[in-house]
Amino acid sequence: MQQLIYFFQKFKYFLFFLLLSFISLTLTFNNLDFHKSKFVNSANFVTGGFYSQTSNISEYWDLKVENKLLAEENTRLRNLLEKKNSANFNIDSTVIDSLKYQQKYTFTTAKIINNNYAKEFNFLTIDKGENQGIKKEMAVINSKGIIGITDNSSGGYARVQSILNRNSKINARLKNSNYFGSLSWNGKDYNTVQLSDIPRQAPLEIGDTIETGGKSTIFPEGILVGIISKIDKGNTADNKVDVTLFNDMSNLGFVHVIKNLDTIEIKLLEARDE
Amino acid sequence: MNNPLNMVSLFFFLLFLQVFVLNNILFLGFINPYLYIAFVFLYPLKENRIPFLFYSFLLGLSIDFFSDSGGIHAFSILCISYIRLFFVRIYFRKIPADYPFFKLKSESFGKIFNYVVTLTIIHHLIYFSFANFSFYNFSNVLLNTIYSSIFTLLLYFLGTYIFTKSE
Repeated sequence: MQQLIYFFQKFKYFLFFLLLSFISLTLTFNNLDFHKSKFVNSANFVTGGFYSQTSNISEYWDLKVENKLLAEENTRLRNLLEKKNSANFNIDSTVIDSLKYQQKYTFTTAKIINNNYAKEFNFLTIDKGENQGIKKEMAVINSKGIIGITDNSSGGYARVQSILNRNSKINARLKNSNYFGSLSWNGKDYNTVQLSDIPRQAPLEIGDTIETGGKSTIFPEGILVGIISKIDKGNTADNKVDVTLFNDMSNLGFVHVIKNLDTIEIKLLEARDE
Repeated sequence: MNNPLNMVSLFFFLLFLQVFVLNNILFLGFINPYLYIAFVFLYPLKENRIPFLFYSFLLGLSIDFFSDSGGIHAFSILCISYIRLFFVRIYFRKIPADYPFFKLKSESFGKIFNYVVTLTIIHHLIYFSFANFSFYNFSNVLLNTIYSSIFTLLLYFLGTYIFTKSE
């Protein structure tokens, strides 16, 4: 017993150091795991509050850009609407089956109050949380394209795992054909992400548009991502192409959070097989 | 700097300076200074090191909360606060009896420079290795360490030069 107390006396600083480093390393490893990150994140009352205060001040600088983005989105949506109308007029008699017009997604507006893009594992914080119905694993987009997936939420704030995070994997496809691959980021340039595992027979051109594939329960299909900027002609196993994002990830303001109303139904159906 | 109230205000000053100002600098797109480690240089040497280790850990953890980095800042600042005494012994040749009277600013500039540079580079190397979290892109880690260290050191020495009262 005497020996033990003596031992603790002698090495108390080292043991305390080991204890604290064990805590911090556990937090670090958990933070990299999408399903475990619980404690240390900016979506809590204190940090969220501070960030929303500072973003209240700094958002004035971006009002002009934000207005321009909204105008651009309106134009794009008007064009889409116009296409839809003309398509409907061509059909002689339209039968509207009200059962088929069931709503599948709901959208919530939120504001980004903290943005990171220069690290390897980037996260954003938004000013809406569980009180507004935002939970884990919901898609976050803005008028120009995808931004990320929510991974943690508190009462009033939520943390978003950006597509600029080496753990992100999002199903994406070519707009002109339905070949799909998975979208990830290599941690280098915040304007470029990588699309890998595309089938070899898929026709690829520089300048082709990439959009989300809709093969997951998170993202609806057809959300814009970016355009192909570089094709690797080599015979690599994963057939990777570089995609330049439409979004400027360093300058983000208001976003939409998408909730899939069918998630539970799809998950239950998939679980039934197992 | 022996007044505890001073250390508390230094703690919060460095925390908010790091989180709201320095984390947003991103010089050339990726270079950030990490000035909060000045806490380790300025905290007085004491016989009982447990509070010091704990406070530095707390400072790192608070910065982690703000910047969504798990426990990386906490771990790297903890490491340099643990090995600080070792470098004090090497560079300043102090024995435990000298600790209560040790003042960083009364030492010669060359010694302070060596001491601060060593600890800064160790901290940044640990931080960027964990932020990168793989051996892929390791040259990036080294480059980031060098650039950010230069930036941090520049700010630290400018800061101490400005805030020290001329006697």
